[in-house]
Amino acid sequence: MTDGALVVVRAGALTTVQDRGRPGHAHLGVPRSGVLDAPAAALVNRLVGNHADAAVLETTLNGCSVRPRSTVTVAVGGAPCPVTVDGRPAAWGAALRVPGGALLDLGPVRSGVRGYLAVSGGVAVEPVLGSRSTDLLSGLGPAPLTDGTVLPLGPPAAPRARVDVVPHPAPPAALVLRVTRGPRDDWFTAAALRTFTSHPYTVSAASNRIGLRTEGPALERAVAGELPSEGMVLGGVQVPPDGRPVVFLADHPTTGGYPVIAVVHPADLPAAAQAAPGTPVRFVAVRHQG
Amino acid sequence: MRALPVGDHALLIEVASGEEAQALHAELLRRRATGEFTATEIVPAARTVLLDGLDAPSRLAGRLASWEVPPVPARAEDIVEIRVHYDGPDLADVAAHWGVAEDEVARIHAAAVFRVAFCGFAPGFGYLTGLPREVPRRATPRTAVPAGSVGLAGPYTGVYPRSSPGGWQLIGRTDAVLWDHTRDPAALLRPGVRVRFIPMGAP
Repeated sequence: MTDGALVVVRAGALTTVQDRGRPGHAHLGVPRSGVLDAPAAALVNRLVGNHADAAVLETTLNGCSVRPRSTVTVAVGGAPCPVTVDGRPAAWGAALRVPGGALLDLGPVRSGVRGYLAVSGGVAVEPVLGSRSTDLLSGLGPAPLTDGTVLPLGPPAAPRARVDVVPHPAPPAALVLRVTRGPRDDWFTAAALRTFTSHPYTVSAASNRIGLRTEGPALERAVAGELPSEGMVLGGVQVPPDGRPVVFLADHPTTGGYPVIAVVHPADLPAAAQAAPGTPVRFVAVRHQG
Repeated sequence: MRALPVGDHALLIEVASGEEAQALHAELLRRRATGEFTATEIVPAARTVLLDGLDAPSRLAGRLASWEVPPVPARAEDIVEIRVHYDGPDLADVAAHWGVAEDEVARIHAAAVFRVAFCGFAPGFGYLTGLPREVPRRATPRTAVPAGSVGLAGPYTGVYPRSSPGGWQLIGRTDAVLWDHTRDPAALLRPGVRVRFIPMGAP
């Protein structure tokens, strides 16, 4: 009860509580969930002295405003955006003291999609299956924030990291996703396989935490009909009946019946999470390593 | 048995039938428990088992071919009983598909012993096999199926853990709590669990 709390004044377009998710339950139909841009979330946690498992807020395009009830250390990262405290400009990408009762605002992103706000102590909502993440597919975890939501904070863990300058990769002007073929590349025509890795796609506005949807040439199937349901992985590129590839992100379904033509290299997924609608996407074939 | 690489850290193992997939799933759980390999996820499905979070998928794939996979044991324990009011809105359609009287549907369904082949669609939604008959999905899915609805689709029986859209043929409903994340285990129906449906009197 003595720990702090955060009052959500402006929830923004879509702000959710996220940590590293709940892997290990896919056999029960539970998506992994968790932060989409894991390096950005890890960095802001480190800046405020939190453990890497601490829950942060993940914002979408237009930020959010919060008011801590007591003085906290915060850090804002991910997609670059203006930051203010009680209307005065404050640092992005650095540890920042916000007095109790002051209004911290994350403005609209300058580029990218998802912003991350870490608060000392972490967001301490009740975990579900070991994670505090909001899962938009299955509804597990806390609901997306609304104006007036009060979020409990945990006890601050450690003195904060002494980091003055933080590296922050600029959100991509063009997204290059390395893919390994399969498991169901044999469900597509040779022409479709060529198109997939040679023709540029663009990020669709219908993208969300479940998948990065694309627009571009439809990939023609060599095999008709539906695949019996099978397990799906993070980064799997599923091709629904409209033929446009969908890259599975953290809230993806655990099983599915549309063929997966390829799998995106995990190191390329944080950039995918920051690719705004309209961003060009190229899928580049690489060989399996493992 | 065919092992397909899925990215650099996963394998999709494809077998010939649902029974083989269930047997392989049981064998994989047994071998993971002995420390023979590590995986963060072992996800059974209709004809496959997915292994995710593997260190060296190609090495494991090479060893699979030499495995003897015993058939799923018909154990007497571990039967979950689910009480059902067989009064679903699609009873007449199902009866018509099977060419039986409406009240025969409940008798046929309750006589079978089911096994949770796999989960998916929603947390705690099991795909149960064991029914000797099939029905197609509804031509038009419902926008909201109430929690506890017992439905049929293809060879599977399923129970909706919560209200959601759905295209299964609804034959009944239960008060059983299929999913409760504060309970351990959270899911009543987990892959490998055997299930029997017990008919309840008219409401």
